[in-house]
Amino acid sequence: MNFPILSVITFLPFVAGMIILMIPANRKNEVRAVALAAAVMDLLLSGWVYLQYLLNDMQGYQFIEKYQWLNIPPLNIALHFGVDGMSTPLVLLTGIVMFTGVLISWGNDDPHVMSGIQDRPREFFAFLFLLAGGVFGVFVSLDLFMLFFFYEIAVFPMYLLIAIWGWVKTREYAAMKLTLYLFVGSVVALVGALAMYWTQYQNTGVLSFDMLEMENAGFSTAFQNLWFLPVFLGFAVLGGIWPFHNWSPDGHVAAPTAVSMFHAGVLMKLGAFAALRVGVMLLPEGAKTWAPLIMGFAGVAVVYGAYIAFVQTDLKYMIGFSSVSHMGLVVLGVSTLNETGLVGAGVQMFSHGVMTALFFAVTGMIYDRAHTRMIPELGGMAKIMPFAAIGFIIGGLVSMGMPGFSGFVAEFPIFMGVWREQWLVAVISSISIVITAAYIMMNIRKVFFAPLPENLEGHVGDVTVLDKVAIVTLCLFMIAIGMFPSIMVPMVETGVENIMRLLGGA
Amino acid sequence: MFTTVTFASILPEILILAIGLLVLIFEPFWKDEQKRNAGWLTAGGLLIAMVVSLLFGRPGEPVATLGGMIRFDWMGFFLKMLFMFAAAATALLMMDHEQAGKRGEAYLMLLASLIGMNLMASSADLVMLYLSIETASIPLYILSGFLLGDDRSTEAGFKYFLYGAMSSTIMLYGFSLLFGFSGTTDLYSIAATLTSGSISPLLAFGVVTLIVVGLGFKVSVVPFHFWAPDVYQGAPTPVAGYLSTASKAAGFAVILRLFFVSFPEFTETWTMILAVLAAISMTVGNLLALPQTNIKRLLAYSSISHAGYALIGAVAFSQFGAASVIFYLAAYIATNLLAFGLVMAFSRITGLEEITDYAGLSRRNPLLGLMMLTAFLSLTGMPPFGGFVAKVFVFAAGVQANYTWLVIVGIINSIIGVYYYLNVLKFVYLYRLPEQDEENHPIPLTQPYMIALVVLTIGVILLGTVFAPFFNWSDAGALNLF
Repeated sequence: MNFPILSVITFLPFVAGMIILMIPANRKNEVRAVALAAAVMDLLLSGWVYLQYLLNDMQGYQFIEKYQWLNIPPLNIALHFGVDGMSTPLVLLTGIVMFTGVLISWGNDDPHVMSGIQDRPREFFAFLFLLAGGVFGVFVSLDLFMLFFFYEIAVFPMYLLIAIWGWVKTREYAAMKLTLYLFVGSVVALVGALAMYWTQYQNTGVLSFDMLEMENAGFSTAFQNLWFLPVFLGFAVLGGIWPFHNWSPDGHVAAPTAVSMFHAGVLMKLGAFAALRVGVMLLPEGAKTWAPLIMGFAGVAVVYGAYIAFVQTDLKYMIGFSSVSHMGLVVLGVSTLNETGLVGAGVQMFSHGVMTALFFAVTGMIYDRAHTRMIPELGGMAKIMPFAAIGFIIGGLVSMGMPGFSGFVAEFPIFMGVWREQWLVAVISSISIVITAAYIMMNIRKVFFAPLPENLEGHVGDVTVLDKVAIVTLCLFMIAIGMFPSIMVPMVETGVENIMRLLGGA
Repeated sequence: MFTTVTFASILPEILILAIGLLVLIFEPFWKDEQKRNAGWLTAGGLLIAMVVSLLFGRPGEPVATLGGMIRFDWMGFFLKMLFMFAAAATALLMMDHEQAGKRGEAYLMLLASLIGMNLMASSADLVMLYLSIETASIPLYILSGFLLGDDRSTEAGFKYFLYGAMSSTIMLYGFSLLFGFSGTTDLYSIAATLTSGSISPLLAFGVVTLIVVGLGFKVSVVPFHFWAPDVYQGAPTPVAGYLSTASKAAGFAVILRLFFVSFPEFTETWTMILAVLAAISMTVGNLLALPQTNIKRLLAYSSISHAGYALIGAVAFSQFGAASVIFYLAAYIATNLLAFGLVMAFSRITGLEEITDYAGLSRRNPLLGLMMLTAFLSLTGMPPFGGFVAKVFVFAAGVQANYTWLVIVGIINSIIGVYYYLNVLKFVYLYRLPEQDEENHPIPLTQPYMIALVVLTIGVILLGTVFAPFFNWSDAGALNLF
């Protein structure tokens, strides 16, 4: 029996959260130190998993662990963990965002540059880690019941995190809206999953929530056509798919910085990933039937999200809508159902996760110090916080899809894949690249290089060392993948092969 | 005829009776400030009784004892353990109740009603069933009106009594018709004589409806729910918690045994009736919970809707369905007792029961806040708490039995539930006292609360994570119905 590394990665945040809750509330720095230690450990472990997967033979599911959890007919639930080429990058992504999120939340309680989480950090980190554990759980689960279990765990702490520590003006509204949207999506998908479970039993006599078993369940085309849409859309709500994206920008804006990073960086991937794994992989015929519709939705999301981002004056809303646009690209890649598009979607999930986490981190730093996020009221930040400015610019280049950065590696195959299926959609959605470039450059100019407004002069300070560490970490990954696509693309390709096998063989 | 098996089959009840007698003997000799010790005696005694029953009173193959009055099987046994656990927790929560906690009678009534519930879970004869239902109910009528001089409590006691008397009369009429048609009072023989050829479907429908009135009252499903909010609000809070959990679960035990065992020929009739009741109950309960401002009334409506969810499993009419109902009851008992215990702990210090009064609770006592989170998220149906697993299981049973429409109704309702449960948590975690000086208004917990609430919290989390053993017992119980 090997070291159960995936279980450790998944359950470590839960344990850390428990430990944090036991620390007396007034010892804030000890709370933060424990949180950081746990985050570093998870980052190292997930990095190790990534490297092992990359260096050893890349194929199929690895690090498999299986513990029978409940086997009383007619129920059969196992704690079945394993990662493939699709989920390994996402596990690493979660580790990165968790680590940088903790760094950003450490903050500074100097009253002039109040940043990070100063009010009840103990509860904050405990809930954040509950969320992180849930996210890891979804990425590594190969059992449908456990996937739902972790999925819901990842959803509800968002309510508390946004409602308690969020932006005072909209937090209650946004938190409730987000929770209701996501809960509706997940329970709709749950009914689909239960229907799959019983139909599998009728077809093959196998009682199991194991997704590897379900791949061979032989669902009839009519069944797949009926249930694909509820299951796929139910999960894709969390991926911010148009027209169910509405919760997402509101949630981003209301959330505290680290939660925005988690939300846009990881949670939205959770939706897209679960839609892919449960929707496309288990119901491939349904996917083929409905792919044009999904592609249409995604195409609208890409262009519309970019356009709405273009007209925003609030920096965080701008990034929120740009996330809708970029996640639209992920769904667009998925909807092609061909190898090129899916590889692009896989890389884009990682790339967008890192990029948007960086955007939100920098925005949070600016807001904490300047106390405004309105683009017209900002300026000159490059002089005050050069480090943050460089980070934001690199993020911007990734966002525009510049060669040499991870965004290009991701977006180029997506558009190629779409072209092969429907050239018109590719043409229309590529407009978004232009719009994205426009709003990113305009905002960089205004926020970082325009003259510093007088009212901000003097009392806006530079970012802390921990903030810088977070920025460097995030930038590093984006540049590394842009320069050396071979550290990620072949891995995603093996995951895609798996999906293509299901799509082709069905 | 009094063999070991006979003895084992009513061992828990004998032990409970002994505890009751001990309370009765000791209580008069205690000084006023010592009288709350009756709570320790009750809770501790019940714990010992549970251990002793687990060691010596475990059922083997199902047998009928005491002349066919009692069915000695896993289903009854597991539920008995649940009821005794609930009663022990209630006794602990009652100890520091200002008026009820120092009165030995309160604990005696609790134990008397517990005997009734235990017998409800295991009786196999219409006569025994009716007697046990009354034994369980009458002490609860008294307990609901226990607070002398409190109009609300008096009203609660009266209301509960009148509704209860009325509905059990109707149920008794149903029982008498059942006896008339089948010629036997033994639940297990009724199925053999009452075949679909012997009476018309319309008559069967009538009989089932009459019985459903009485049982529907016990489990408070719409439209027999009118008493619940007023009684929960007026009754002493621990009693309300007990009413909404153990008493309701006992009603479900009867529903499962009576319908599964005695009416297999009329499945279509009663599943249809129960399905409709489940759908209405979930919908009405949840919709009426939305505008509530009093936390006990909110919990009352939520408990009405939870009766609806649990019924989905019964409607499925399968072993898995029954197992999911029993598991649901276990999760629900732990969760709702926790919720009522927290309400009790809060109002004991503050004297307040409005939802808005919970502002700042998580700062006044962080532990209480976390337990509140556990209870309400479990009620919502979120993992890793018992409510999630229980809900998924009943929904799974519903989908398996092709009651997808009912499951969809259930799902829409759980979405409504998210809103009002989270709303309470919003006050607990987000809002603050007007002066923002929470540290000056702590909410201390006395020892009995600490024990009861922590044990319940751990129970809720265990049911939601390590659910396999619990489901195993539920399934063993469900097996006895077929």
